[in-house]
Amino acid sequence: MNDTPHIQLKGVKKRFGSKLVLDGVDLTIRRGESVVIIGGSGTGKSVTLKCVLGILRADEGSIHVAGEDVTRASGSKRDAYLRKFGMLFQGGALFDSLSIWENVAFGLIQGRGLPRKQARETAIEKLAMVGLSADIANLSPAELSGGMQKRVGLARAIAANPEILFFDEPTTGLDPIMADVINKLIASTVRDLGVTAVSITHDMVSARRISSRIAMLYKGRIIWDGPTDSIDNSGNPYVDQFIRGSAEGPIRMEVRS
Amino acid sequence: MSANENILSSNWNIFAAIGRVVLAFLAGTGRLAVFAGIAISHIVRPPIYWQLVLHQMLRIGYFSLPVVGLTAFFTGAVLCLQIYIGGNRYGAEAFVPQIVVLGITRELGPVIAGLMMAGRVSAAIAAEIGTMRVTEQIDALTTLATNPFKYLVVPRIVAAVVTLPILVAVADSIGVFGGYIVGTRSLGFNGAVYINNTMNFVTAGDVRSGLIKASVFGFIIALMGCYSGFHSKGGAQGVGAATTQAVVSASILILAANYLMTSFFFSE
Repeated sequence: MNDTPHIQLKGVKKRFGSKLVLDGVDLTIRRGESVVIIGGSGTGKSVTLKCVLGILRADEGSIHVAGEDVTRASGSKRDAYLRKFGMLFQGGALFDSLSIWENVAFGLIQGRGLPRKQARETAIEKLAMVGLSADIANLSPAELSGGMQKRVGLARAIAANPEILFFDEPTTGLDPIMADVINKLIASTVRDLGVTAVSITHDMVSARRISSRIAMLYKGRIIWDGPTDSIDNSGNPYVDQFIRGSAEGPIRMEVRS
Repeated sequence: MSANENILSSNWNIFAAIGRVVLAFLAGTGRLAVFAGIAISHIVRPPIYWQLVLHQMLRIGYFSLPVVGLTAFFTGAVLCLQIYIGGNRYGAEAFVPQIVVLGITRELGPVIAGLMMAGRVSAAIAAEIGTMRVTEQIDALTTLATNPFKYLVVPRIVAAVVTLPILVAVADSIGVFGGYIVGTRSLGFNGAVYINNTMNFVTAGDVRSGLIKASVFGFIIALMGCYSGFHSKGGAQGVGAATTQAVVSASILILAANYLMTSFFFSE
């Protein structure tokens, strides 16, 4: 049972109009792993996550979650496999018409039909897990700072006890200290809950902190994949250039002069 | 020879340009039809979030009463004036109350209310859903096992389809009242005669046709708002473009649908 990969992508291709964004992504993620996908802007990191979640539909290839083919899942089958997931969005993506606790409890109330009172208790519990007090439960998202919104987003992602957590650029837009706080929070959450985690980022500090394995996406393909410890000795010039953050190397930025 | 070729190729460029516009139009129409189909399939399949429907009815209906009432009043008033002036040329000014009530209930009530709501409601829906799209809130709904159509689109469409006829009924009454005020205060009609002529002339069918139109307009208004918002791209500029698109397309569709329905209802 535990030998089946938790998430498996095989030859996933996705094109938007004439632009090929994913050109055959192969990636296998085992249960309990924390994988970070690195890569420059526009290399298809977000698209990869959205294909797994069925927000975007892959044109070719297959996606399996816990051994089940979900490539073309729809309706109630899709709802069922989406219950395994929790996702932290880049901007938090909190619902601004709802209060903080209603945001955290949203999946419990709308998705699972839990009574509001019980859902509120769970929401406050989850807020405490990400270091937020019950005082802010009735505020609206706009009243919180960026870092706090990220925490609320994390609380919402873990509210329904998912098996798999997705993090989309968890540290983008935060100051270095808050970024470190969020990194630690993610690492401890993943460890404590025993979930499988997939993050996408171009922040190498964050990638090293939260991952056990790193995969690099370049031009719609995974060009390197290995344990986090070995990334400095990857022997791959693309990876080396990326982690050095240098303009010199095989990766050419498409900058028009 | 080469000049000929140039003319030929520039002609083909014109055809290519026309072709591109036509293809884009057809693709857009197809996307809208698919969107409407999905929305309707969710309306007929439970569950429907009734609490959200009520909330939207309040936003769409109740808060639009002042603006719809004011426009209806002035429309009735100006209609009364113009018909009096026109009727005067043929000595037919006695028919003013009848023509005002016919014009208001059959056409102007629903169309004026529809256009005002296209500006007010379509724009608000497109801006709200468009912002949710660009800040990934719609994707977040999906990951929380909540269908965005059920949660966002269906409540707005159901609320608009139910609410617009109510608003139009109010607009009809206020429009006729606007005509009554002008007729009795400045044109010298007797109040009792004016009301009597109005009530004896108007039929249930006149009012009913206006209310059916209103329901269809409600569908168009909510659908175009949701569709434009769902497909907005980019940031603030994209949401702005979506809002404009919602209002313009809803207004045009309302006028076109109005013509089709009038020719259908009153064909015999």
